[in-house]
Formats: sequence, structure tokens, C-alpha cells
Amino acid sequence: MAAYIVKRVLQIVLTLFVFLTIVFFLVNAQPGDISRLYALDPNLPPETRAQMQELFGVNEPLWKQYLVHLKNTVTGDLGVSFSLYPRTVADVIKERLPRTLVLFLTATVVSFYLGFGLGKIIAWRRGGWVEYTSTLGGVTLYTVFTPWFGLMMIWLFAFKAGWFPIGKFLDPVVWQDAPSDANSIFNLMLATAVILSVIVFGVFLVTSKRRLGMARVLQVGSIAVSVLIVVGVWLSSGVGYLAWDIVKHMVLPIATLTLISFAGTMLLTRNSMLEVIREDYVLAARAKGLPEKAVRDRHVARNALLPVVTSFVFSLAFAIDGGVIIESIFSWPGMGQTLVAATVSEDLPLAVGTFVFVGLFVLLAHLAADILYAYLDPRVRY
Amino acid sequence: MVVESAPVSDARSLWRVRLGLAARSLKQNWSLFLGTRIGILGLVIICFYMLLALAHPILMNTVWDERIYDPVIGFAFDETEQPAPPSLSHPLGTDPLGRDILSQLMFSARSEFLLGLLAAVVTVCIGTMVGATAAYFGGLVDMLLMRLADIMIMMPGISILIVLSALMEVGHLELALLIGILSGFGGTGVVLKSQALSVVVKPYIEAARTSGGGTLHIILVHVVPNLLPLSFLYMMFTVTSAIFSEAVLSFLGLLDVRMSWGLMIHTTESAGYLLQVGEYWWLIFPASLSITLLCSSFYLLGRSLDEVVNPRLRRT
Repeated sequence: MAAYIVKRVLQIVLTLFVFLTIVFFLVNAQPGDISRLYALDPNLPPETRAQMQELFGVNEPLWKQYLVHLKNTVTGDLGVSFSLYPRTVADVIKERLPRTLVLFLTATVVSFYLGFGLGKIIAWRRGGWVEYTSTLGGVTLYTVFTPWFGLMMIWLFAFKAGWFPIGKFLDPVVWQDAPSDANSIFNLMLATAVILSVIVFGVFLVTSKRRLGMARVLQVGSIAVSVLIVVGVWLSSGVGYLAWDIVKHMVLPIATLTLISFAGTMLLTRNSMLEVIREDYVLAARAKGLPEKAVRDRHVARNALLPVVTSFVFSLAFAIDGGVIIESIFSWPGMGQTLVAATVSEDLPLAVGTFVFVGLFVLLAHLAADILYAYLDPRVRY
Repeated sequence: MVVESAPVSDARSLWRVRLGLAARSLKQNWSLFLGTRIGILGLVIICFYMLLALAHPILMNTVWDERIYDPVIGFAFDETEQPAPPSLSHPLGTDPLGRDILSQLMFSARSEFLLGLLAAVVTVCIGTMVGATAAYFGGLVDMLLMRLADIMIMMPGISILIVLSALMEVGHLELALLIGILSGFGGTGVVLKSQALSVVVKPYIEAARTSGGGTLHIILVHVVPNLLPLSFLYMMFTVTSAIFSEAVLSFLGLLDVRMSWGLMIHTTESAGYLLQVGEYWWLIFPASLSITLLCSSFYLLGRSLDEVVNPRLRRT
């Protein structure tokens, strides 16, 4: 297992290197150089232009620029943003990366769980109206024009019903005389979420060997208790209302991202289940007289999970893209919204820096999914 | 093995046999396809949009006045207020700039089809060649192509296209090529390679090699045709992603196109009608629904083709 992880990490590092190279040459394939953006100004004297070119290092030979690019990216020096001057790109990213992480991780985990659970059920009831409606609904959600779908969610639940705020990260009125700033509160929330998910994962790990009914009771019970504890701690901390404000802003984007990405998992689980159902050991399990639920969850679903996880790895990039779109629709100040805003305002350093981080993020997500896969399927530990 | 030149009549009958076989398998597959139902729904929607696309130039040349109905530079002089609600002369109303929505919708349908088709063809050309070469040569070539595919799969497509649109002018043609390259070297290439692996071990490949067939000949004549059914399936998924990406990018105002469904919503947004869904529904619903419907119909078609191609998914 350890050797496998080391091998994957090395591969990821290599891929990252190739990725950075591609980014560098994409930017450099443009006519002129980055300094021309300002240096083409006819009012600019030639010596200032030369000075600018020297400042940006674009008068150096290409290979030297490439090495500098690599070094700067690795050390986190991504330049200064044009549109948010004088903030550095790294600073902007440091603020916005956690926001995207929360949005993306929550939506991914929930949509995987939801998709797998629903896919299991529709494969078991093949041919009925349940299958047709859920297939149609799933495909529609999977291919829906995401901006429009996000808009409909805003219009329906925020604009008409008024249950949630319309986009943005927080409500300035609530935060007017807040004891601490949004970023630190948000990081605390992030830490809480991480602790909570570790607990949930541990509970599932411990109870997975028990009988089905017993496992369900244990899982629901311990998760409910830990959620209650977390809520209690936040309520007594005095900044609970601030966290609640952020949570209120989070619900709608997360729900939208979950809805558009669970369908892929659901449809794939269905197909994968249909292939597994034909295996002999399923027949054997039935012949033993096991209850239907046990056959479905323990014998079919467990084996149908593998291809689903594989394709889940491939769909991570899809989820990131979905996140980019959702963020810009909901004005959620994360990486995706930054990427789009920087692109629209031609803030090249910020756009490229964000893009590098989005790529890095996908790579790390891949690594995590690979390790998970190695854990699930002992055969891949080569 | 001695190769004798076959008499002409034999060659002709061979073709007849092949055609007969093809017709029979087509018939069989068609009945399988009919059994999936969702595929038919997809096909009907696609045909509907194809008719819309075909009808646009005809209408422009006969019934519709170019000054009023041009999708880009027309202006509805017959309406007092823009955007005008649906009426007899403008069945879907007009946009904030006084252009007929139905005309825009129909005009864009054509470019969506062209974009999807081009992206799909590029994907399949690259994908089959990548798959066939990787499977046929194996070893280093295989490894290089598959590592490249790993990178391509990991690339978040929309984000790349967003960054690229900042760096250069991206129109329909460039978009189709980019999507084709991303998916051809990426996911489609991997899937086609796994299919090609089962083809290159077949005895007829060995036979072709012993009878002196060149590498290129074997790949093009013996391997690639056997990949075509599967690649046809992946064409459908490429069309979905091409139309979707185009819509998203032009919605964000990053594409260099004259008119498209995404751009129609972009116009609505920049004119400030985006959240007035109830009062100005014709500014948002026709274009958004068209994107969703066309994307999902190609996806449905792909899925039902999947059930036709993959016997393990069939009903017993």
C-alpha cells in the first residue's frame, strides 16, 4: 500500500510538472509579452518600456523564463494581481481556496452518497416507472445548462420564497460589529467540518462489518450525537450567528452543485449494478436465503462500487468545472468566481495563478481518490 | 500463405455479403435501440432542432423580412417596446435589443449542430488513432499516450477554455478543435484503446501482418473500422460537452461568436432582466431550455447506443 502511494505521488509530481510546462507555453504562445499590456501605451517612453520588460523578466531567453516560472510557482510567488492591486495573487488565493474547498468537498461527498444510494435502488427495480423517471431526471440534471439551473434555484428559493440570501458570501449588515473577521470564522467552520467528517468516516468504518439493522442504528445514532455536540459548541461560542450567516449563504450553491453532479454517479451505479447482478455469487447469496436488502447492499453494491469510484475519479474535473460555473452564478467568492472575474477583466497573473491552483487541486483530488480506490480494491496494490 | 487474386465476380459477391451483413446487424441494432425508449426521445428532440435549423434560411428568404428578423442586426420596428412579449409576428417575443428571439434560436441551432459535429469528428479522429496506435505498438508509445491521456482527463475543461479565451480569440472553430483535442487525447482515447486492445490480438491482425500488411495499413484498415461503433457512441457525448461548453463560455461573454444560445442569455443578463424570470420568461427560457434539451438528447442517444453496443447492459 505504501509503495503504491509513493508511486502515485511521484506520478502526480511529474504530472504537475507537465501541467506547469503547458501553462507556461500557453501563456508564452501569445504574440508579444505580458508587459505589452501596458508597454504598448504610446505615451510611455521607450526606456520605461525597457524597464518594465526587465521587471517582468521577459527580455530573458525563453528557457530562463521557464525556469523562473517553475521556481516561482513552486515557491508560491505568483505575481501581483492587476485588478486587485496591490494584493498578490498568492494572497488572494489563500483567502479564496478554503471557500472553494468547502463548496466542492461538501457537494462531492453528498452527491456521491446520494447518487450511489439512488442508483442502487433504481437498478434493483429495473423497468418500472421509477427507473424511467429517475433516468430522465438524472440525465436532465446531468446535462442541464448549469447557469440557468443555478439561476432558477436563486429565483425560486431566494427571490420568490426568500428562504435564502441571493448569492454572495455573507450579509454585511450582520457582520457590521462582528468580533472577528469572516476568514477566521470560516476557517474555524472548515476545521469543524473536517473533524465532523472524520468522525462520520470512522463510524462507517467501524460499523461496516456489523449486521445491517444494527449498523444503521449505530451510524445514525453516533452521527446525530456528534452533530448535536458541534451545534452546541458553536451556539455557546458567541460567534454562532456569524457562522449561521455564512451557512445560510452556502446552502443554495452546495445544493445546486450536488444536484447537478449526483446524477452522473447515480446513472453509473445503475449500470454497474446491472452488470454485477448477473454474477453467480449473487444467485448464491439469494439461494442462501439472505434478505433482499443484504444481497443488494452487501453483495451487489459492494462490488458495483469499484467502477463507480473509477469514474468518480474522472468526474472530479467535471465537478470542479461545475463549481466554477456555480460560483460565478452565486457570486460565491471562491477560486472559480476569481478565475472568471480575472479572465473577464484581463487580469492575467490572477487568471493563470488561479488556474494553476485549480489544476493542483484536481491533481490532489485524484491522488485522494486513487488512495481510496486502492483501499477499496486490494487488487490494484501493485 | 498463398494469396491468390480473386476473380471479379467473387469480389462483387463478397461486397454483397458484406452489405447484407451490415444491413442485418443494423436492423438488429435498430430494434435493440427501439427497445431502450430513452434513445427515441433523444432522437425526436434532435430531429426537432434539426428542422428548426433547416427552416431558418428558408424562412429568412421567404416570409421574414431581413431588416426585422435578422438574428444579429435586425430590429422589430413593429413593436413599440423592447423587449416585446410574444405576439403573432414574434412568436417568442423580442430581446432587449429588439431582435426576434425565435429567429435567434433557429439561427443558433445550426451553429450548435456544426460545432457539435466538428468537435465530435475531431475527437473521434484523434481518439481512434490514439487508441489504435497505443494498443498496436504497446510499450513506450502506449505509456506516453496514456500518461498524456491522464493529464488530459485531469484538466478541468471549462477552466482551461476560460483561461484560453483570455489569451486568444476563441470562436466556434477554435472551440470545436480544443474540445476535440482535449477529449480525443483524453477520455475517448483511453476507452478506444481498451477496445483496440481486444482487436489487436484477433487472428486476422496476425494474418494481415504475416501476409505483409504495413503498420499504417493494418491500423487504418483492420483496427480502426472495428473501433468505429464505439467511437460513434463517444461522438454523442462529445457533442453534449461541446454544446454545453459553448453555452457556458458565451454566457460568460468570453467567446467571439455572433449569436448563440449562451449569448442570448448573456444579453439578457447584461440588460438586467436575469432575475425577472416571471415577467420576462421569453428572454430566458427558450435559450436555456434549448441548451438543456439538446445536450440531454445527445446524452440520451449516447446512453441508449451504449446499451446497444454493450450486451451486458441488455435486459435478459
